[in-house]
Amino acid sequence: MVDASIAVEAAPQEQVDEVVETQRPWITIVWNDPINLMSYVTYVFMTYFHFSREKAEKLMNDVHHEGRAVVSSGSREEMERDVSAMHSYGLWATLQRDD
Amino acid sequence: MTYGFQRTATGRVVLRVDDVERGLLMSVARQVMDLVQPAEVSPDQDPLAAQVGWVDGDVGISDDPAVARLLPDAYDDPDDARDFRRFTENDLRQSKMQHAMTVQEEIERSGEKVSVTSTDSWLGLLNDARIAIGTRIQISEDNHGELAELPDDDPRSGLFHFYDWLTFLQESLVRCMTPALYGFSDDNVPVAEDEE
Repeated sequence: MVDASIAVEAAPQEQVDEVVETQRPWITIVWNDPINLMSYVTYVFMTYFHFSREKAEKLMNDVHHEGRAVVSSGSREEMERDVSAMHSYGLWATLQRDD
Repeated sequence: MTYGFQRTATGRVVLRVDDVERGLLMSVARQVMDLVQPAEVSPDQDPLAAQVGWVDGDVGISDDPAVARLLPDAYDDPDDARDFRRFTENDLRQSKMQHAMTVQEEIERSGEKVSVTSTDSWLGLLNDARIAIGTRIQISEDNHGELAELPDDDPRSGLFHFYDWLTFLQESLVRCMTPALYGFSDDNVPVAEDEE
């Protein structure tokens, strides 16, 4: 067992981010479908995730051209919340472990 | 024919509708509610589960493709999908019901110029309606032209034109909400007359 508080306190920001990332094994995926409007999908990403317009458009394009995009990562509970929100907006989303 | 949703000079969002369009929007809201309304509580359902809104017993994705798309699985794994659905499907149904009811209320309390305040409910309802109809007419990325040219006596023809109108409406509302996406700055967003 290691006392993480000391290591975290001394670590530069970049390393802290890596530690947090490894504790976030779940991802939310939004899938392409022939009905949702590209503008609406971008709007949902900007509104719900508070992404910049550029980031929202990039993810929307990934969904459209590659069939899917990972839009968030975090704990299983957080991803279930995100997936529920996407379903409420009418987007097709699933969550899974980030392999 | 409507202009779609417009933002007024004072920032309100309005939708001009004639009687036919008003009737169509009220009807589509009702039809979406019919699709997503929660099942009635059966007498032998666990009362606690009923109270907290959990679905009792075995639940799976709907056999109706439109409902399956409105209430999709959250997991690939069937067991995880079923568990998640048991605890969340009712809330999702309620949220879609709420969108449809809110839209109906806003139409009912307005005249020919509907004052749109719950924009996310309108976007949600328009999207759910397009999902329901689009799934029924089996729309794909590349069959719009084919559906548009169907003879008038094909039952899909009327549905496709209705779908097309809802698409136009939804696009115009997204445009009101995010003018920057369409190359408008806050200063040059097209506005509707703000007369009362």
